[in-house]
Amino acid sequence: MSVDQATVRRIAHLARIKVADEEVPHLAQELNAILAFIEELSSVDVEGVEPMTSVMPMQMKLRADVVTEGGEADPIVANAPAVEDHFFVVPKVVE
Amino acid sequence: MNTHAKPSKLIKGATGDWEVVIGMEVHAQVTSKAKLFSGASAEYGGEPNTHVSLVDAAMPGMLPVINEECVAQAVRTGLGLKAQINLRSVFDRKNYFYPDLPQGYQISQYKSPIVGEGIVTVDVSPSEQIAVGIERLHLEQDAGKSLHDQSATESFVDLNRSGVALMEIVSKPDMRSADEARAYVTKLRTILRYLGTCDGNMEEGSLRADVNVSVRRPGEPLGTRCEIKNVNSIRFIGQAIETEARRQIDIIEDGGKIDQETRLFDPGRGETRSMRSKEEAHDYRYFPDPDLLPLEFDQAFVDGLAAHLPELPDAKKARFITQYGLPAYDAGVLVADRETADYFEATVSHAGKPGGAPRDAKAVANWIMGDVAAYANSIGSPVAQTHLQPAQIAALVDLIGDGTISGKIAKDLLAILITEERDGDPYAIVEKRGMKQVTDLGAIEKVVDAIIAANPDKVAQALAKPSMLGWFVGQVMKQTGGKANPQAVNDLLKTKLGL
Amino acid sequence: MGFPSPASGRREKPDLLKKELSLTDVTELSLAEARDALVKKEISAVDLAKAQIGAIEQARALNCFIVETPEKALAMAAQSDARLASGDAGPLEGVPLGIKDLYCTKGVQTTAASHILKGFVPTYESTVSANLWRDGAVMLGKLNLDEFAMGSSNETSYFGPVTSPWRRSGSNVRLVPGGSSGGSAAAVAARLCYGATATDTGGSIRQPAAFTGTVGIKPTYGRCSRWGIVAFASSLDQAGPIARSVRDAAILMRSMAGYDPKDTTSVDVPVPNYEAAVGASVKGKVIGIPKEYRLDGMSAEIEKLWAEGIAWLKAAGATIVDISLPHTRYALPAYYIVAPAEASSNLARYDGVRYGLRVPGKDVADLYENTRAAGFGKEVRRRVMIGTYVLSAGYYDAYYVRAQKIRTLIKRDFETVFADGVDAILTPATPSAAFGVGEKGEADPVEMYLNDIFTVTVNMAGLPGIAIPAGTSSEGLPLALQLIGRAFEEETLFSLASVIEQSAPKIELPPKWWA
Repeated sequence: MSVDQATVRRIAHLARIKVADEEVPHLAQELNAILAFIEELSSVDVEGVEPMTSVMPMQMKLRADVVTEGGEADPIVANAPAVEDHFFVVPKVVE
Repeated sequence: MNTHAKPSKLIKGATGDWEVVIGMEVHAQVTSKAKLFSGASAEYGGEPNTHVSLVDAAMPGMLPVINEECVAQAVRTGLGLKAQINLRSVFDRKNYFYPDLPQGYQISQYKSPIVGEGIVTVDVSPSEQIAVGIERLHLEQDAGKSLHDQSATESFVDLNRSGVALMEIVSKPDMRSADEARAYVTKLRTILRYLGTCDGNMEEGSLRADVNVSVRRPGEPLGTRCEIKNVNSIRFIGQAIETEARRQIDIIEDGGKIDQETRLFDPGRGETRSMRSKEEAHDYRYFPDPDLLPLEFDQAFVDGLAAHLPELPDAKKARFITQYGLPAYDAGVLVADRETADYFEATVSHAGKPGGAPRDAKAVANWIMGDVAAYANSIGSPVAQTHLQPAQIAALVDLIGDGTISGKIAKDLLAILITEERDGDPYAIVEKRGMKQVTDLGAIEKVVDAIIAANPDKVAQALAKPSMLGWFVGQVMKQTGGKANPQAVNDLLKTKLGL
Repeated sequence: MGFPSPASGRREKPDLLKKELSLTDVTELSLAEARDALVKKEISAVDLAKAQIGAIEQARALNCFIVETPEKALAMAAQSDARLASGDAGPLEGVPLGIKDLYCTKGVQTTAASHILKGFVPTYESTVSANLWRDGAVMLGKLNLDEFAMGSSNETSYFGPVTSPWRRSGSNVRLVPGGSSGGSAAAVAARLCYGATATDTGGSIRQPAAFTGTVGIKPTYGRCSRWGIVAFASSLDQAGPIARSVRDAAILMRSMAGYDPKDTTSVDVPVPNYEAAVGASVKGKVIGIPKEYRLDGMSAEIEKLWAEGIAWLKAAGATIVDISLPHTRYALPAYYIVAPAEASSNLARYDGVRYGLRVPGKDVADLYENTRAAGFGKEVRRRVMIGTYVLSAGYYDAYYVRAQKIRTLIKRDFETVFADGVDAILTPATPSAAFGVGEKGEADPVEMYLNDIFTVTVNMAGLPGIAIPAGTSSEGLPLALQLIGRAFEEETLFSLASVIEQSAPKIELPPKWWA
């Protein structure tokens, strides 16, 4: 499988990374080099093999239903580029 | 299952009848103290970003750890929906960018949900019951909240809701009318409230529905569906379905075609409109969340939860019918709210006066569903949360039952309990205020004789027209302050007038 | 081949310890020696910290540190001295360490070497670094790395490449320290700290350790908490130390490891005293030599190194067996599906809303796209895009699911040989010695990826792996061997690694050309 330039644009948009038009051919070439490299896997017989879900065989532990965090907005918004009244601020979202 | 609508449910179009097919995805907020994957409070409200942990704000390096109570609540709900409980389920990431989704993905369950197929029995009317299939129930995170009306150019993001546990309950497309859909959500809410797994508060968004609507000619394959997002009241669910079904019928009858899309119901305008902005090339790239292991538990865990499940509405209704001899309709009304059902039972079983006659459960039901419910409604409170105690209602019913007061006087008594003597003892009130019914036949006879003597013209009329009896009864009651036993008055008058 | 007893370990410097320790001398100590000298009060923690701070200042040409925290180091050292005096000393009391800038450190800028985390100051401390401070260690600063740990040369850092303290004989060409933990490896090799934290997703501890003549161990997946470490690929990432010796690595490992209820994937098993395993007998241990690691065109010096390693272990009483791990060749391609897929999702949170860089846009989507285009470097953008592609509708099964199935097969290969009685597996750590800055991967990203060909299988199977210096290349650069162990049997690796350490010829760092 290989990607064309339209696909590169689509992926870039899905990943929310702006790409300039002049970057697209080069990016397509790089991605295709990687895809060619991983293409080798298509020859492996994986019939009846379970995909790995956790590398160590263990049971997931659960947390007690206790409130242990929160209460203060300051540490949450401390690093934010734009804050007002402890809200994060973004350009207007139109729904 | 309910695959074809009764003719009465079909919608008339210009070119013939249409059947509407409805399926629903209900998002129910899990009742828990903390969030699904963090230790921040799940409580509604709060100052902005105060119910937020580092995990909820998706700080670098933060990891989710699942809340055991949320898992238990999902299993309880599954049991309440008579559904398959999956001992192994998997959390997936649903990837998309949105300001109120800090991680850039929502942790949800895509391929392997915690609960599989189940069924809900729904009373659409006193005479009609349908079964709605449950496709699945899965756990997922709620998103934060964006406020758009604070500024003309900016949106404000509050993450207090971010990461709160939701159960998405997906029904099969088994509903055929707005009434059925409303009844389904009502019943689902009742079950969740009984279980204590969701408070069902639609104003606070604890329960929201996405409604899938399509139309077809009766007997034909399913039509193209539209999903109406985030309908947040039962009334709006009905309106949205009716509006949307009509829209689709009009399009098809005009030779058009339905586009599968997401729509929004605007209650103000009474219309649904397309949300094309949200449609844009969604590719959620689901994959198992590598920060979490598969969720596994054994049957003993499920059995332990099942053993402590409360009696659910269907079982309670059946018991009310057999144990108390209630009509199915009364039983259904009483069990629709768990606290009301408890109130009823507390009233029926409240210890009466020694040696008193057994309390009539039907009479109790009538009072609770009638005057008590009307009062509760008038003050906007559930029955069980009014000041009226089961003991008071029990006494009131007993006072009628043993003939101490008449039904009419009982209404006055209730009015007194509601206004002047809110914590009063009905027996004492009746005694003190002389509200006892006059059953002394001699006393009643005196009044009857006096009225007959004073109204010879009426007596003559009554002989010709027996319905005049009512006038005499009224006169007697007036003179006795309503306290004369109505039966005794009737009997005496009939004898004296020779009717 | 002579095999010195553990008691006469090559790093012991009795003469030095007897004398008054000078500030430059103390940087030459191993971590174990420094620890012991502190306990014996032969030196103070503050003096030790000052010596390292001085060495760091002189070594800025290497670009090992993104942030130096000398004031914090001195304050922590003073507290250590107080605890040493009062007898409350922890196992690492007063030992100065460097922290890879992928670990979130409370109050100290943390960037993952990315522009997108510009100015980010965590309000929290990663579990592993907190464990080190709990045990008395002292923080010198935050170490450079490949951006988001994506790279094998430390050239993808927003803060510029790290230069290795090593040089080819008779050459001034700047060499890479390997990556992604290039700053950690170079700083330890150049004696700027007694040890450093690192992380390993596909070889990011072992490959730079191999390139710099240091010891690096990636423990079993789940041995260390991932909480507070900026995520690259969650199912592969694991913390571990880079150190000057096997013993030093064992000492650090004990403090770093441990169950953390905040990380669901961390494993609740007791942490042994790894140091006790250093120098323990390896007699009777069965060492597997996998034929699939013998690549076509493998260099003669790597072949020779491997053969020597086999001989050393045999001489120490281990049994050598030939084994097969048939799915080895698929590990690297499968890794380049799994790791970018997880990364594409893990890095979605860097959106310019809650922290870090924000580049304005006409709307939210535009803000995201501008921020992420400006904030992520070339390699990160490439991997996020590959990851997005392999997860996208229509490709998920062909790529991601298939890769995870192959991962099952890779793990099964290891389980089979371990079930047959193999205790550990010996392989080369890298296909070559360190290369020059700018020499690889410019034209074809895959060329750079091939650096991890021997290390990546270990991450795919979640197993522990250690890189130990074992010789030098014809150009005088360090070369290393890798030992792969059973899950949670790091002790076996420390024992075997110390045999190699004791047996291998000493490799000498060039004079301090950077100072």
